[in-house]
Amino acid sequence: MKKILPLISILLLSACSSQNLRGTGDLGLIIERAIGQVQLVEHTGNTSLATIKGLGDLSHASIVYSRDARYGYVFGRDGGLTKIDVLQQKIVKRVIQSGNSIGGAISQDGKLIAVSNYKPGGVKIFNSDTLELIVNIPAVYADGKQSKTVGLIDAPGQLFVFGLYDASEIWVVDMKNIEKPVITKFKDIGLFPYDGLVTPDGRYYIAGLFGEDGLAMLDLWHLEKGVIRIMDHYGKGKEKLPVYKMPHLEGWAMAGDKMLLPAVGHHEVLVMDKNWKQVKAIAVHGQPIFVMSRPDHRQMWVNFAHPRNDTIQVIDTETLEIIKTLKPGKAVLHMEFSPRGEHVWMSVRDENRVDVIDTETFEVVKSLTADKPSGIFFTNRAHKIGL
Amino acid sequence: MLKTGNILQTLSFILLVILSLNRYAHASDNRQQELQHLLKHDCGSCHGMTLKGGLGPALLTDSLKDKPDELLFITIKEGRPGTPMPAWKKLLSDSDIKSIVKILREGLN
Ligand code: HEC
Repeated sequence: MKKILPLISILLLSACSSQNLRGTGDLGLIIERAIGQVQLVEHTGNTSLATIKGLGDLSHASIVYSRDARYGYVFGRDGGLTKIDVLQQKIVKRVIQSGNSIGGAISQDGKLIAVSNYKPGGVKIFNSDTLELIVNIPAVYADGKQSKTVGLIDAPGQLFVFGLYDASEIWVVDMKNIEKPVITKFKDIGLFPYDGLVTPDGRYYIAGLFGEDGLAMLDLWHLEKGVIRIMDHYGKGKEKLPVYKMPHLEGWAMAGDKMLLPAVGHHEVLVMDKNWKQVKAIAVHGQPIFVMSRPDHRQMWVNFAHPRNDTIQVIDTETLEIIKTLKPGKAVLHMEFSPRGEHVWMSVRDENRVDVIDTETFEVVKSLTADKPSGIFFTNRAHKIGL
Repeated sequence: MLKTGNILQTLSFILLVILSLNRYAHASDNRQQELQHLLKHDCGSCHGMTLKGGLGPALLTDSLKDKPDELLFITIKEGRPGTPMPAWKKLLSDSDIKSIVKILREGLN
């Protein structure tokens, strides 16, 4: 018996090592919006690993990751909140938490998931482990009406920040004590906030306004200063063009002392200086949707609204010139950079393809097939404020 | 001889009509599909891919039943100033917009 024990343990050990241990740092999920599934991919060899089905309506779906980068939380349009284990390649939990939702965020400590809902308008906060509801925050404004909520992000200090589309408000929810959330409300911040972002350092929350020009900015270090209007001229301007798709604020970046962001309606990418003053407008191919910075901030990649969404342009952040125009195909919806930026992945919805492109040579390194792909989300988002 | 020529002529005329009708039907079929696609994906970016609503209101047959065709037509053509609903007249012809209203009445499949 004494001789057999070591033998058994050796057998057990070898069984374990044959389980193929791996990290999750090079994994990602791609939304296949029309058929309610996600594709699990890895960006070391640029391959697809698995398909995970049964996620409901995924139009405009987005994903955040747990801090161990093992679990992806998928926010579906139909109010579905789905927790996916990217190592076991399966759904571990799924709840339908509202009738119509638009996105979500994970708290600084990773313990809370907040979801932004259109119907009923408000934000719900869940335990990230069990997906049990912790707090329900209806976005109630005048006469007990509930507003759609938009631009929900996390910020340092266990904060969640979001806009109230119908009510012209920004709310900051402090979740340090989950028994007693503290909500600070800012009113009259501007008409129709439609999206929000937090600067990568977690300090400034900025909301885009659809109903008027300018942006609403809140300094999260100094809530007492209130919401101020920046970039007064930012917006649709005098000659209001129809806007066929709401521009996204995510992915804006400071490149050195400049910030590049999409104009609303106009075929321009705007350049701001440190004091939020516009210093330049770069003429581009169409109405920009995402203006996304390569991780080293040397390039900005821009995609466009319908009907000009077959094109991508690349701007050099030093010269502020367009250095490349690509035509990947019909309906380029989203881009995601590999963590250090040598590649960018882009979904070409109407051609059922995801292309992996070298950001120096602009060559297509790999093409994967995907069913009507939209958002691409890599696990390195797990460690970024506001993503 | 004359008779056969006549018959041939008539036949080829009928054939032509059938062919062109067919082609016409084909073209409008394609356009119809394009419009369905536009509705689902591009209007869908604000109204939800299944038109159950998003930033913009639901465009389901039921939710629109009290709204007259003219109102829907003019909303799509001219947009709603002061709201995110854009004017589509630069991209869509009047007959496109009429087809879209018809699709909305019948429901997206
Ligand atoms: C950028 C966002 C956006 C896009 C894209 C968009 N809509 Fe709208 N739409 C809205 C909003 C917001 C409203 C509500 C306007 C209001 O408050 O009256 C609306 C209202 C409407 C209405 C009136 C509904 C009602 O109940 O009165 C119709 C019809 C409509 N849209 C059709 C369309 C069609 C068709 C398309 C695509 C060709 C489209 N929309 C694309 C945002 C959008």
